[in-house]
Amino acid sequence: MEGLERIVLAHPFFAGFEAELGQVVSGCARNLRFETGQYLFRAGDEANEIFLIRQGVVSIEIAAPGQKPTVFATEREGEIVGAAWMVPPYRWRFDARATSLTRAIGIDARCLREKCEADDHLGYEMMKRFLPVVARRLDETRLQMLDVYGKQSA
Amino acid sequence: MAQDGLSVGVKAVIGREEIGALIAALSARGWRVLGPRVRDGAIIYDDVAGLDDLPAGWTDTQEAGRYRIERRTDAALFGYAVGPHSWKRFLHPPVERLWQARREGDKVTIIAEKNDEKFAFLGVRACELAAIMVQDRVFMEGPYPDTAYRKRRENTFLIAVNCGEAGGTCFCVSMKTGPKAQAGFDLALTELIEGERHEFLVEVGSEAGGAVLADLPRRPAAPEDIAAAEAVTARTANAMGRTLETEGLKELLQGNPEHPRWDDVAQRCLACANCTMVCPTCFCTTIADVSALDGTAERVRKWDSCFSLDFSYIHGGSVRKETKSRYRQWMTHKLAHWIDQFGTSGCVGCGRCITWCPVGIDITEEAASIRADSGKCQEGGNGRA
Amino acid sequence: MTAAEDPFIPLPYCVGRVRRETGDTASLELLPLAGPRPSFKAGQFNMLTAFGVGEVAISMSGDPAETEGFVHTVRNVGAVSGALARLETGAALGLRGPFGTAWPTEEAIGADVLIVAGGLGLAPLRPAIYEVLARRERYGRVVLLYGTRSPRDILYRAEMGRWRRRLDVDIEITVDHADPAWHGNVGVVPRLIPRMSFDPQNTFAMVCGPEVMMRFTASALHEAGVSFERIWISMERNMKCAIGLCGHCQFGPDFICKDGPVMRYDRIASLLAVREI
Repeated sequence: MEGLERIVLAHPFFAGFEAELGQVVSGCARNLRFETGQYLFRAGDEANEIFLIRQGVVSIEIAAPGQKPTVFATEREGEIVGAAWMVPPYRWRFDARATSLTRAIGIDARCLREKCEADDHLGYEMMKRFLPVVARRLDETRLQMLDVYGKQSA
Repeated sequence: MAQDGLSVGVKAVIGREEIGALIAALSARGWRVLGPRVRDGAIIYDDVAGLDDLPAGWTDTQEAGRYRIERRTDAALFGYAVGPHSWKRFLHPPVERLWQARREGDKVTIIAEKNDEKFAFLGVRACELAAIMVQDRVFMEGPYPDTAYRKRRENTFLIAVNCGEAGGTCFCVSMKTGPKAQAGFDLALTELIEGERHEFLVEVGSEAGGAVLADLPRRPAAPEDIAAAEAVTARTANAMGRTLETEGLKELLQGNPEHPRWDDVAQRCLACANCTMVCPTCFCTTIADVSALDGTAERVRKWDSCFSLDFSYIHGGSVRKETKSRYRQWMTHKLAHWIDQFGTSGCVGCGRCITWCPVGIDITEEAASIRADSGKCQEGGNGRA
Repeated sequence: MTAAEDPFIPLPYCVGRVRRETGDTASLELLPLAGPRPSFKAGQFNMLTAFGVGEVAISMSGDPAETEGFVHTVRNVGAVSGALARLETGAALGLRGPFGTAWPTEEAIGADVLIVAGGLGLAPLRPAIYEVLARRERYGRVVLLYGTRSPRDILYRAEMGRWRRRLDVDIEITVDHADPAWHGNVGVVPRLIPRMSFDPQNTFAMVCGPEVMMRFTASALHEAGVSFERIWISMERNMKCAIGLCGHCQFGPDFICKDGPVMRYDRIASLLAVREI
C-alpha cells in the first residue's frame, strides 16, 4: 500500500472502507497544507475538491455586506470539509478558512465523481459516508436555528 | 377525658332537636361551627349558629352542567348530596396570607401567620371525608408538611353525615369512598326519617367525639336503629348517578397521552377552571407578593388551576398552551399520577366537576371513552365508532 | 413558629459581592442575616424573594464546600429575576431552601465524568465541577463541554480559563456563531461529544441547558455508547412553592421541585417526547 493510500484509509471518514476502493479513491487524492488564515476555498468558486482534515481547524464562514463575516461551523481533525462536490452545480456556497496550520487530504471532485459514475458500488459506499455527515449537519443547523440560548419570546 | 365521654364505636340515637344542642355544645367548647346553609340557590358551607340555619326540607337535583335546589316532602336536615363548596375552603382557603415582611432601616423582619382557629364541620359526607384524607396526604405526609394546613387540621372536629340521597352525578361507590363514612370522623350521623320519626343514629369515631356526645340527651342505639341506618346507606349506594371503572385506569391514562379523545374533549372544554375550584382534592395554588408604601410586603397564596395558561409558564412561554394538554394534565393527574404521588386516587367520586362544568363534561364518560378506544388511537381519525 | 421551621417562610439574606457575568447575567453572593448558611448539594436550588416583587427558583452556582454564603447566577428574563439581577451589595432579599435533588457526584466516584452545559445551564453544574475538581483523583477522565450562543455569552470566563490550563480536565467550548476573531469551536455542543475521549461504559454524564439542547445531547451521548441510566439532566418547570404543594411544576407523575430538578434520563425520556406534557 502506498503512503497516500494508507493516509486516506486511516482517516475516520473512510473507516471500514474496502482496500480496493481505497486504492481507487487514492488515485484522485493529494496531500495539502494550509497556513493559518489561508482559505481552502471561497464562496462561488467551483467545488472541485473534498478535504479530509488530518490536523488543524477549518472555519466555515459566510460574509454579508457591512458586517463582519459570521463563522457558523468549525471542522477539525477527523472531519471533512466540502460536501458540495457531489451536488450540482458544484459551487462552494461558503468560505472555508484554516484557523490554524491545517493538513488535509484533497480528493479531486471531478475524478471521484467519474469513478463513482463508473462503479455503482464505489458510488454507494461514498454516499453511505457522505449522507450521515450531511444529515448530521442538517440536525445541527436546526438546533442552531432554534437559538436555544437566546431570550425566548413568548 | 375517656372516663367522661363515650368510647370509640359507641352508637346512640339523638332527636332532630339535638342537632341544635350539638352545635351549641361545639360552640361552647370553642369551635367555630361550619355547616350547610341555603344561599344564592345552592347549599353551601358557612357558619351555623343553630338548627334554624340548616337547610331543613331542601334537596338538590344534579346532572352534568346542572344544579337546582328543591323542596323535599319531609324536613330532612341533610337531605341533599353536595353543593359547590367543599370543606377545602376552610382547611386550604382560597386566599391565605403566608407571611408579612416589615422593613425598618436595613433590617427586614418576617412575621409568620398564627392560624389558631378551631373548626367543627357539621355534615361532612363520606366522599368529603375521603377528600380531607387525600389532602392530608398531600399537605402533611410529604417531606415538607404545610404548617398552616396541619395546624388547622389538628384543630378540626369532623361530624360526618352518611348519605340518604345519591346525587345525579355521584359515583362514590366506584371510588370506594362512600356513601357511608368508615373512619376519620369524630362523630358520624345517619338521618333516620320514617313517618313521624325523625332521629339520628350517632357513631362515636374519636375520644373528642365521645366527649361531645356525652353532653347530649340520647338513648342507646337498638339493633333496629342500626339496621335502619344501614338500610339508608345501602339504598343510596344503589342509586348512584354515575360509575367509573377504576381497574387499570392509571395505566390506561398514563399510556394514552396522545389519545384522540383529548382533542375531542378540548373542543368542548372552556378551560374555565370550575372543575378544579369545586373539586375537594384539587390543591394547586399560586402566590402573589404585594408591597405597601409603608415598607411592608406580604405573600398571599391563592387557589390556582392547571386550566389557566399561566399555570405552566416558564421563561419563554407556557408549557401547556392548548386546552387539550391542560385537560389531559388535570384528568391524568387526578386519576393516575396522583396514585404515584400520594398512593391514592385524587378522585373521591363526589361528582362536583361534572355538575359544575358549564358544558357538562363528565370525567366518568371521558375515562370510559378512552378505555373503549384504547389501542385504536394510532389509526387516525377520532377512533370512535 | 420560627421561620426556619416553616418551609414557606423565607429567611433574610443580604447581597455580598456581585459579579456581572454577561450583559444580562450577574452572580450574587448571598449572606445569611440570621444564623448559619445551610449546607447544600450540587444541583439544588433556592427560592429567592425580591420583597414586594416575587419569588423565583434559582440553582446554586457556588462551591458547596464554601460555607459563608450562597452564590446564585441570575439572568434577567422577567420581573423577579430582573429585580434580583439588579440588586447591589448590601441589598436585602428573602431566601428559602435548599430544595431538590443533586448531581450524582458521589455515585460517579471511580468513573469518567462528562459534564455538558448549554448557556446558563453551566450555572447549576458549576457546584458539581467544584466537587469533582476538589477530589479529582477519585474520578477517571473528566470532560467539560460548554456550548453557548456567542463568545460574549460565555459565563465564568476567568474561571474557565483556569480550568482549561489544568492538565487533568478536558474542556471544550463551542458557540452557535462567532466572528472570525473567535478561535474556538463553532457548532452545537452535542457535536463535541464524539471528539472527546472517555469510556462510555463507565461514564456519568451530567447535562444542563435548554430542554431541546438536553434532548439532542442525550441522544448524542446514547450514540456514543452512554446508557440513559448514566445520563442526568436538570429540568426546568414553573415553581411556586418548591416543596411539592402548589402543583405547578408537575411533569407526569413527578414534581420537578422535589423529584428533580436533577433527574435520571431513563426515568423521563419517554415523557420528554410528549408535547405540552
